Amino acid sequence: MASLAHIIIFTILAVVILGSAILSVMSKSIMRSVTFLLFVLFAIAGIYFMLGYTYLGAAQISVYAGGITVLYVFAIQLVSKRSLQGLTERIKLSRVLQGALLSLAGLVTVGVVLLKNQFIVKAVAGSIEEYDMSQVAQAIVGSDKYQYVLPFEFISVFLLACIIGGVLIARKEDKK
Amino acid sequence: MIPVEFYLVLSTLLFFIGVFGFVTRRNLVAMLISVELILNSVDLNFAVFNRLLFPGQLEGMFFTLFSIGVAAAETAVALAIIINVYRNYRSDQVNSIENMKF
Repeated sequence: MASLAHIIIFTILAVVILGSAILSVMSKSIMRSVTFLLFVLFAIAGIYFMLGYTYLGAAQISVYAGGITVLYVFAIQLVSKRSLQGLTERIKLSRVLQGALLSLAGLVTVGVVLLKNQFIVKAVAGSIEEYDMSQVAQAIVGSDKYQYVLPFEFISVFLLACIIGGVLIARKEDKK
Repeated sequence: MIPVEFYLVLSTLLFFIGVFGFVTRRNLVAMLISVELILNSVDLNFAVFNRLLFPGQLEGMFFTLFSIGVAAAETAVALAIIINVYRNYRSDQVNSIENMKF
């Protein structure tokens, strides 16, 4: 039965996501937080694969898990020897309670709104099959309605601006 | 076939774990990691809404794709700022940056 396999895979992915996310925000060492973030990102890519969005899952793995995590590790290792690498942080209990209270209140509110809402009944119960890759590619580079060449070009300009900004901010000051 | 509620509950839990981390931690890199968790839960929501409520359309998928790109750029700039803050203040706690507070 295919549905049972789906449920098992989803359960494993959900446990990995939630457990790693909790460990990531609770662990005292920054390097451990980044490692657990990597697990969360991989599991979310797994959920995209489950939904049939293979292109999205590949983008998630290459950009998030491959790029951003390496960026974090480099930033942590580069700054200084006795700084972020071995850094442990004391977390105050009052702040933990405050954060837990805030998140629980938000969680209950959003959860009730989500589950009581009627749009869920519109969810289709069909089988999930993968998109045709040529359809995705045509939608990226096409310029018709529901096609995305303008944002695609815009994001390349945006990335260029961010590269220039990042280099400008992070470079060392010249000796005057 | 997994009901849409499961995905939505998963992304809601992930979102509020991120909010909890953002409120609790006082380290700049740890706060940025919490923001990444929040962004990922929102991306997941886009994909799930598109896939299970409107199959046959690709809008949610492209929103997620562009959101991943913007998040990568945002992380690069934020890490550059954090490195600069560390270099100038010798500390990576948010409380050390008080010059612009008035």
